Amino acid sequence: MDKIYMDSSATTPTDPKVLEAMRPYFSDIYGNPSSFHSYGRDAKKAIMEARDNVADLIGARGKEIVFTSGGTESDNYAIKGVAEALKEQGKHIITSAVEHHAVLHACEYLEDERDFDVTYLEVDETGMIDLADLEDAIREDTILITIMTANNEMGTIQPIAEIGEIAEEHEIVFHSDAVQAVGNIPVDVEELKVDLLSLSAHKFNGPKGIGALYIKQGTKINKFMHGGAQERNRRATTENVPGIVGLGKAAEIAKEEVPTKMKKLKKLRDKLIAGIEERIDEVKLNGHREKRLPNNVNFSLKYIEGESILMKLDMEGIAASSGSACTSGSLDPSHVLLAMGLSHGVAHGSLRLSLGKYNTEAEVDKVIEVLPEIVEDLRAMSPIYNKK
Amino acid sequence: MYSEKVMEHFKNPRNVGEIECADGEGEVGNAKCGDIMKMFIEVDDNDKITDIKFKTFGCGAAIATSSITTELVIGKTIEEAKELSNEEVAEELGGLPPVKMHCSNLAADALKRAINDYLGIETEETDEDHHHHE
Repeated sequence: MDKIYMDSSATTPTDPKVLEAMRPYFSDIYGNPSSFHSYGRDAKKAIMEARDNVADLIGARGKEIVFTSGGTESDNYAIKGVAEALKEQGKHIITSAVEHHAVLHACEYLEDERDFDVTYLEVDETGMIDLADLEDAIREDTILITIMTANNEMGTIQPIAEIGEIAEEHEIVFHSDAVQAVGNIPVDVEELKVDLLSLSAHKFNGPKGIGALYIKQGTKINKFMHGGAQERNRRATTENVPGIVGLGKAAEIAKEEVPTKMKKLKKLRDKLIAGIEERIDEVKLNGHREKRLPNNVNFSLKYIEGESILMKLDMEGIAASSGSACTSGSLDPSHVLLAMGLSHGVAHGSLRLSLGKYNTEAEVDKVIEVLPEIVEDLRAMSPIYNKK
Repeated sequence: MYSEKVMEHFKNPRNVGEIECADGEGEVGNAKCGDIMKMFIEVDDNDKITDIKFKTFGCGAAIATSSITTELVIGKTIEEAKELSNEEVAEELGGLPPVKMHCSNLAADALKRAINDYLGIETEETDEDHHHHE
């Protein structure tokens, strides 16, 4: 049976070109980039090139890029690093209720253990924050605003440039978790007016375990990894050369492909959304209809539960994800869907189909074909569905 | 994550449906927790369960445990069916992941409710109604 992968927001396959680019850096060009000799110099050259490619993708300068182990580390580094650096100035942070757990839990840690005060901005039913709420939340002692560029669960894209303006006006450091955005939509740090930005390779066909944090020149931030002087003395540890090379290659490819990829995925996404809305009743599209990631489809399919939907899709060889509690091993369904005002019951019945550059129209057609029957089967078993 | 038996019951659930004017009806769970199970039983003059149906809103384990519960008690007497424990349900399914054990509780409880309904006994509100996850 042909398998169909529609969980790109979770992770993406590494592009074969990326793998090829990485290959020499395990057993051939294996020097430590900090070494004086030619082995080291060759490795160093590779990471310099990768750094420039990453910087180029987001409109930054090479020296403003620090390689990390991924989006979660970048988020932690940004939030905790700035908090520590600026705590004498103030201890108030503003974020949103729909952030990734890396951001939310880092903020909670600062509240619980470091005596910080955090405001979690609410969102409307499309998952969007309100700029007026942000202005209202700003205090004398606010030192950081951290709002994600695009949401992993329901795809809504936040008004980052406008938030950047507000932050600049009030001279508050502004970080954005752009993990779902970079490599998928155009991201320019100057345009967005961010001081810090997180990105992760495995979300745009790079390898897992590598990402970066953009730190605008002049931003005060404490480091977490003490040791050697790597990454301009900001993150000690021998560099993950193959990973960095992979990220650099993925960034180079993305820079070229993003415009066409966006167009293709938008078309597939919209066909999938239309197909589901046409063929299944009592469904609700989650997230903003227009200001939405080109690859994200998220529906609440009423009266049935997410894990059972995923199991039936899996039986057809289709991989997706859900915001139900059962699929996350937690007690509550997705905090993002709840923050948008969905009831628990409706949030439990959510299905996320996230497309990637290798998905085809035939795959979208197949999903549109099988999903209605899956929903019908589960609704026939449901005590809360009354067929009209 | 799930055993072959759980998957089999999920793919081909037994006794899905409702019984109009059933001799006994029982419901547990709530949409907030993502689990609702309803059991319907038909009982003859010898106190034997002659028919049983279920409806479930919930995950794979919830559907499988409901299905196997109906399979285990059909044809049994009310006294025998009362003895069905959640451990037995899980065991018959070849085991459940620890985080899913509460689904087996729900199935056994839904059946008990239906039995009590038939017997005319008021069932006390259990923890499962408030569904506090420990």
